[in-house]
Amino acid sequence: MKDIKDTGLLQDEPLIFEQGGEGRKGYSLPRWDVEQVKEEERIPSHLLRKELEGFPQLSEVEVVRHYTRLSQWNFGVDSGFYPLGSCTMKYNPKMNEEVARMRGFAHLHPYQPESLVQGILKLMHGLEGYLAEITGMDRVTLQPAAGAHGELTGMMMIRAALQARGEKRKKVLVPDTAHGTNCSTSAVASYQMVEIKSNEKGVIPPGKVAELMNEEVSAIMVTHPNTLGLFEEHLAEIAEIVHRKGGFVYCDGANLNALMGIARLGNLGVDMVHLNLHKTFSTPHGGGGPGSGPLAVKEELIPFLPVPVIEKEGETFRFDYNRPKSIGRMKAFYGNFGVLLKAYAYILSMGAEGLKRASEMAVLNANYLMTGLKGSYYLPYDRPCMHECVFTDRYQEKDHVSTLDIAKRLIDYGFHPPTIYFPLVVKGALMMEPTETESKEGLDRFIETMIIIAKEAEENSDLLRQAPRKVKVRRLDEVLAARKPKLKWNRDQSQ
Amino acid sequence: MEFPEELLYSKDHEWVRDEGNQVTIGITDFAQSQLKDIVYVDLPETGSEFKKGESMGVVESVKTVADIFSPVTGKVVEKNLELKDHPEYVNKDPYGKGWLLKLEMKEKEELRELLSHQAYQGILSEES
Repeated sequence: MKDIKDTGLLQDEPLIFEQGGEGRKGYSLPRWDVEQVKEEERIPSHLLRKELEGFPQLSEVEVVRHYTRLSQWNFGVDSGFYPLGSCTMKYNPKMNEEVARMRGFAHLHPYQPESLVQGILKLMHGLEGYLAEITGMDRVTLQPAAGAHGELTGMMMIRAALQARGEKRKKVLVPDTAHGTNCSTSAVASYQMVEIKSNEKGVIPPGKVAELMNEEVSAIMVTHPNTLGLFEEHLAEIAEIVHRKGGFVYCDGANLNALMGIARLGNLGVDMVHLNLHKTFSTPHGGGGPGSGPLAVKEELIPFLPVPVIEKEGETFRFDYNRPKSIGRMKAFYGNFGVLLKAYAYILSMGAEGLKRASEMAVLNANYLMTGLKGSYYLPYDRPCMHECVFTDRYQEKDHVSTLDIAKRLIDYGFHPPTIYFPLVVKGALMMEPTETESKEGLDRFIETMIIIAKEAEENSDLLRQAPRKVKVRRLDEVLAARKPKLKWNRDQSQ
Repeated sequence: MEFPEELLYSKDHEWVRDEGNQVTIGITDFAQSQLKDIVYVDLPETGSEFKKGESMGVVESVKTVADIFSPVTGKVVEKNLELKDHPEYVNKDPYGKGWLLKLEMKEKEELRELLSHQAYQGILSEES
């Protein structure tokens, strides 16, 4: 039989569509006590779905085993160290999940009248207030469904604010150390992107901004701390340059995990900032969502916020739709509420001091990692980092070992690899973000492993080039997958 | 690595073949070797115009995405349609089947600002 394989307890598992048999199901209903009618006789044929033909038919235990096996092949923050730079893969306390599953929250309906959801509105209004306080901004919209959606909301508001002034500007400045989404957002918002080269210290030189800034530029989009894990030390000066020529300062706050309670972006001259609640404020992420990317803005931009805005009148909360300058709605209903709820629970349980401590620990851990690996891996920007640090494969090049090989070898040692080949300004980048939730023992174990791998590269480099070996699936043919992608499964293919 | 004598080169690692009123452009052997396996080439529409140094499209490999910068000012008169199904031509034959675009030049003098094969290789040895 073709399905017999000696994969041990790492059970092999076909697609669910390749399993089961006609008529098998996970329920049993009592015998019919009425006459049976064929659906074709009662329902017009154009209303009957045909594409369900071939839908898998399995028993309950088959379905349970299928998904349990798939889940066992997964690697997440709950299974081990996950230093994926730029992603803030920190541990998400289970208490927040517990809160999000409480019946009163989980069974809410978005069409419930305002009078019956006063507690919910109070919570959202409260979360807005906390996020404004943390970022040093005046108001917040909770609508954006993820970081990039927050960016788009922001750029649309900037366009509206400029239009209200009777101005139409065409360009957006984006440094080469920004998140890739910043460029995409500028393009989607129909702006022409102008790149700013970072300097030898890895930060934006104010002189360059002054050179490029003029009345055609609507905004600068800065990722802070930047993708090299560095504090943009001239941000306040840059903001002043941009403001002087009538532009806005947009901050990508996806890396806020380094700054909570320590540096408020509003005080640094930032006009608007989005936060990735799923990263910084504790929601399991990496599987495609749902996320949440609230946008916090300064007073001047409040009139342009998406509708509805939650207003408090006395002790009552209501949705305000009557905002003529608003850019309109950015999402159905009110944002991904479950993620908002977890963020609220996280902020309350951590407290102001706890959030500050989390950022301090995130920065301390990243610097500990950076210092521990400096002797074995090339560090292109050798200076204190924020929440993440970026190494390269330069020392390993002589042994014909690349960043990809180092990353794959880490899998053999039971670690999730760091982010590789990003940021693009660093050739062969290995970008590591340990986050605050890793213990000193955990960090030491990772550092020791990385040092062993550097030694292996010198002494037995095949170990790296052939890695990973102790996995269910070894190296995939990424080139073939990208050149000839198979995007759809069909039954004949599996035979 | 090969750098044919009859071609001109840009600092951004494009090559240019002078064909009178028009030029053929592609990326150099060095560029393709740095990018590694190219999986997708995004080229502009025929008829679109670019200034020297402007981004005209992208070359995407498994590892990264790189801009194609226009080495001269001109209008696209032809693009290599075969790359759609065979992006690997850029790796295998960067100066032949892996060519990218043909441009009708606006200012012929711009060719003088490009590099000879020796000058280009001089830059490469400085970079590495």
